[in-house]
Amino acid sequence: MSQVIKVGMADLNICLPPDTITTLGLGSCVGIVLYDPGKKISGMVHVMLPDSTKIKNNENIAKFADTGILELIKRMVAVGASRASLVAKIAGGAQMFAFKTNNDMLRVGGRNVEAVKQILNDLKIPILAEDTGENYGRTIVFDPKNGELMIKSVGKINKVI
Amino acid sequence: MEEVKLDHMDSIQFDVLKEIGNIGAGNATTALSKMLNVKVDMKVPKVDLLEFKELPDVIGGAENIVAGILLQLEGSIEGMMMFILEEDAAKKIIEMMMQGMGMKEEDMAGLEMSALKEVGNIIAGAYLSSLSTLTNMTITSSVPYLAMDMAGAILSVPAIEFGRISDNALLIETEFGDKDTEVSGYFILIPTLKSYAAILESLGL
Repeated sequence: MSQVIKVGMADLNICLPPDTITTLGLGSCVGIVLYDPGKKISGMVHVMLPDSTKIKNNENIAKFADTGILELIKRMVAVGASRASLVAKIAGGAQMFAFKTNNDMLRVGGRNVEAVKQILNDLKIPILAEDTGENYGRTIVFDPKNGELMIKSVGKINKVI
Repeated sequence: MEEVKLDHMDSIQFDVLKEIGNIGAGNATTALSKMLNVKVDMKVPKVDLLEFKELPDVIGGAENIVAGILLQLEGSIEGMMMFILEEDAAKKIIEMMMQGMGMKEEDMAGLEMSALKEVGNIIAGAYLSSLSTLTNMTITSSVPYLAMDMAGAILSVPAIEFGRISDNALLIETEFGDKDTEVSGYFILIPTLKSYAAILESLGL
């Protein structure tokens, strides 16, 4: 029996076949999938903010792109994933409301995506595919059996990246 | 001003915040009911301290499609006010406001979005003005912003704001209507932590 593992907001988990892993209703947050294609080990983290060092209250490491990605790598390696083989797919980082302001605080979706890309680049984890930005929410489902990330949005045809 | 500890609020503080939800949402529901000329019931407000991952469950699950109208609060109280309508309720309201204009309901563009935004503006205004009277504080709000999407995606915006200061979100939530009535949805008031202290202090707590 295969299960669907749910990852909530500011949450992370790992997933092996035949299970799949999902996060529902991503808005300005970013969902990051890491994957070892050889061993079929995957993990997902749903981060809310770019940088834990800029925030005083940072106990929940899955909340931030920097600490969340590192923790996910640690967990995946602990179950046998090869650090050097990891690849990534990312989705989310939408701007849900069309704020007419230059206030950088409100452009958090875009800043989240930029931060995630920078961190993955620094860790030398290639991003194979992304579906980011725009102004709509996304539900994402990753299947470690074939490495496909399915993206569902309201009023749009499901896509696979 | 004493800092409010989200995890250690006493029952009096909870009751006061609940009463704020009661008065604010009461006024807003009356305004909504008058505008649409339908009966709208309101439930007892809840004050919830939630982990982020529990947040979307408050409004019917992360994938529940809702219309979210968001106003940023400025002045003595900072934070966000959200007025959330179930998808059907949003369509119903648009239909009622656009009677006889022969528009297709699935095409929620332009004029219809403006109409819905304006409804949100009036309703949220009723909520905020009663809050302002009660606390004797000046509360101003931004223009309304509207999005129609999955509840999780819409709630990510206030959640991220809260994420900067806490691992939990404290929200004053009032549900109105139910699945059987014509119009149902939620009012959610999410002041910043500092503003919670200000609200409580203004009421002598």
